Parts: sequence; C-alpha cells; structure tokens
Amino acid sequence: MVTARADVTFDTAAAAAVAAASDAPGRAADLAAGGAGDRGAGESLSATLAWTVLRTVPDPEIPVLSVVDLGIVRAIEVAPERGTVTVTVTPTYIGCPATEMIAQDIVRALTDAGAAQVVVRQQLAPAWSTDWIEPAARARMLSYGIVPPAARSSLARGVQPLRFVAPGSVRDLHEMDEVLRCPRCASADTERLSYFGSTACKALYRCRACREPFEYFKPL
Amino acid sequence: MMNVAATSARALAAGADGRSAGTTTARVEYVLRLADSSLLLGQRLSEWCGHGPILEEDIALANMALDLIGQARLLLAHAGALAGAGRDEDALAFLRSEDEYRNVTLVELPNEPGAHGTRDFARTVVRNFLFTSWQEQVWPRLQEGADTGLAAIAAKSAKETRFHVRHSADWVLRLGDGTDESHARMQAALDALWPFTAELFSADAVDPDAGALQPEWEARVRQVLAAATLTVPPRTPFRSHGKQGVHSEHLSHLLATMQYLQRTYPGARW
Repeated sequence: MVTARADVTFDTAAAAAVAAASDAPGRAADLAAGGAGDRGAGESLSATLAWTVLRTVPDPEIPVLSVVDLGIVRAIEVAPERGTVTVTVTPTYIGCPATEMIAQDIVRALTDAGAAQVVVRQQLAPAWSTDWIEPAARARMLSYGIVPPAARSSLARGVQPLRFVAPGSVRDLHEMDEVLRCPRCASADTERLSYFGSTACKALYRCRACREPFEYFKPL
Repeated sequence: MMNVAATSARALAAGADGRSAGTTTARVEYVLRLADSSLLLGQRLSEWCGHGPILEEDIALANMALDLIGQARLLLAHAGALAGAGRDEDALAFLRSEDEYRNVTLVELPNEPGAHGTRDFARTVVRNFLFTSWQEQVWPRLQEGADTGLAAIAAKSAKETRFHVRHSADWVLRLGDGTDESHARMQAALDALWPFTAELFSADAVDPDAGALQPEWEARVRQVLAAATLTVPPRTPFRSHGKQGVHSEHLSHLLATMQYLQRTYPGARW
C-alpha cells in the first residue's frame, strides 16, 4: 500500500482505455527528456523490437522465464509521433509482490533499448491464466525444477463449480490435484505438502522416491 | 423502488439507471464491505507470519494474507473512485476510524480465543473456511454485474479464493476428524465463530439480497463440517453489525496496530 509507490495503476475496467503513467511524474519526465536528447523526433522503438526486448526481461521469482514467456504482457503499442511505448501487463496473482518490480524492469529494459518514453499499464480483465504460459517456457520451467501447470483446458474442469464432497467421498475437494512426476527423478510417487509454496503461484510437493521437495506451478 | 428479485450485484450494477445519489452511496458502501473484510482478514492472517505451527503453514497463511490484501487494494481503489471524494486505497485503509470500517465482524475477531490466549490455529482455519466459502459465492455474482471494474476484480479474486477454500477445508477435515484434542479445539472454534456468520446473510438497504447466498453456502459448508465430524450449532437471534459500522471491541486494537505508521508519520512513504 503506502510501502509500494504507485508505479503502476490497475486499469480495472475491461474496456477502459485510461492509461496510467508508469512512474512518478519526475521520473517519467526524465525518461522523456533523455530520449529527446539522444534521438531525433519521430525515431522510436518498433513494437516488434519491444517484444524482443521484453523476452530478455526475466520474471523476478522464476528467472528462467521472461515476462513474455509468462504471458503477462498483453499488448505493446507504439505512438510514433512521440515515441511512447505503452506496455499492457496483467498480474499473475492479485497480491503478487513482484508486480511493481516487473513494471520497473520493463521500463528500464525498453528505455535502455532506446524507447523515448515507456508507460506500463495494468489490466485485470481478462484475468491471467496459466494457459498463457508458452509451451517452450514450460520445458524450461521443468528443467529449472518447477513442474509446469497442466493446461486447464486439458483438465476440462475450469468452469465447473467446486463440489466439496461427492457422495461417499471427500476427494472431490482436490479435483485439480493430479499425479505429478518428480522433476528430478521422474518418479510418480509424489505427494502434495501445501497448496502454497515459496510464492503464491506455486504449490509445494515432495517426492517419496528421491526424498526431495519440489514446486508445482498451480493451474490458474 | 429496488427490485428485490435482482441479485445484489445486479442491483449495484444498475446504478447508472438514474437513481438518486443514495444509490451511489449504497454502491460505495457495498464495495467497502468487501474491501474492508478482505483487508482485515489479510491483516489477521499476517499476524501468523513467523509464528505458524509449521513452516508450510506459515508460508501458506502469509500467501493468503497477500492475496486478501491484494483484493483489498483493488476494491478500496474502486470504492474510492466510485465515491469521487479523492480518497485512494491508502487513505481508506489507514485513515479511517473503526466506525467508518464496513467489514463483517467475523474477520476482525482475534486469532486468540481469549484475552490472554495464544494464537489458535483451529480458530484461524475455521474462520478462513467460513469466510472464503462465502467469498466463493460472492465473486461469480459480481462477475455478472454491469460494473466492469468490480467484475474484473471479482474474476481475478475468484481464481485465488478457490485455493483458499481448499486449503482451509483440508484443515477442517484433518483436524475436525483428527485426534480428540484437535476435534475439541475445532468444535470450540466453530461454536465461537458460527453465530457471526449470520451477518454475512443479513439484508439491508445496501445489500438487499444478501440472504440469497445462504442456501448454497450453507449446503457446501455443512457438507465439509459433517465430513469433519463437527456439529453445527443451532442458529440464535444473535446478530453482529460490523458491515453497518458497529464493531466489536477488537477492531480498534487491530487498527491501532495496522494504522500506527500512517497515524504517527502522516504521509510517510517506503
């Protein structure tokens, strides 16, 4: 709340096109001034190049993934006349403490790449889904020791209401639980320790075969 | 005249139909109820940080506290924008006194069962279960509303609330249907907290259809409580009124802790 400066503002209205400045007025002004001094008017970063640049911006908590891999970059728009690059991002989890840091990293990376001015806009709707994590990124996540989320479409349960207790069973509570293979030894003899791991987006598991703990990126 | 058949979400969403300024006030009040309830449960859960019974639970409770405070930030910002009085999320969280808070009383109750008790994990998980199961009913209705800002917050929150319900229901089952000691503690927690759930469904001008959520909530909650071998206490005439701004003695103590920095150093920034 007061602890984090209002670097980004949530654009909660799905259709609203109100952009919030990426940073405090002072810094935004500095960015614009720096750009104008280095380049002639009209010269700016292309949207294609901006996407490439953001592929080098790592997620602070899972550094083998870029913010593009995670699927949180929803749009990049460039206003050529002013050289303003507007990046629309969506948060993974609502209270994710990395949100502000990601916005700052995006501003820094694009500024270093030559953007005259960068605006990071937050958009809540549609809500982020782990289905937006790119396939190649899932493989890298696994090699990093985190089991990637199952595609919710494959679970085919996303829109069904949660039933707590089916007749004679309380297992329905864990409809989204699956048999996970240990990312180290590939054993299927694993168990969930907690729905919440080192970050809100991951659950904590344990492999009974190699006795090592591991994390599972929860399908959301 | 308010259409009583409409859900509270639709009634809220219909604010643009030209009704009086009182309607805007009711919408702000409604959003503040959601916001304040999330904020204070988040604050109560954060009290466990560093004190959890085991490391995994310490982490889980802190994670859920973050989610709830995340909900509160968005909801408070939304309420502030609706009210149009220039109060942002920080002003609403840190500069209101207890009679201006609109949370349900359930979430402001301490984690400790008595004045000199220690933090009670049973009380914490029973409350999380009762309250987040209610949130699970609220979010889908708001997603249908015409207030697109509130609908987006609800859609985002709904995904996370599912994990909160699973987590707390897990513990209700494990501890309720556990040892004699764990069962007794869970039953005591349920007996203490259950009367405060009536407030979730008590209708008033701000939320005329609050009672509509009760049948589904109660059916789901009772299923898990029964599987956990816990006995649901009978309903009594007792009603708490936190959402109307009439709070227990515990809220001012909570706010004294939560608001200390901003009250002592107004405008301080990290």
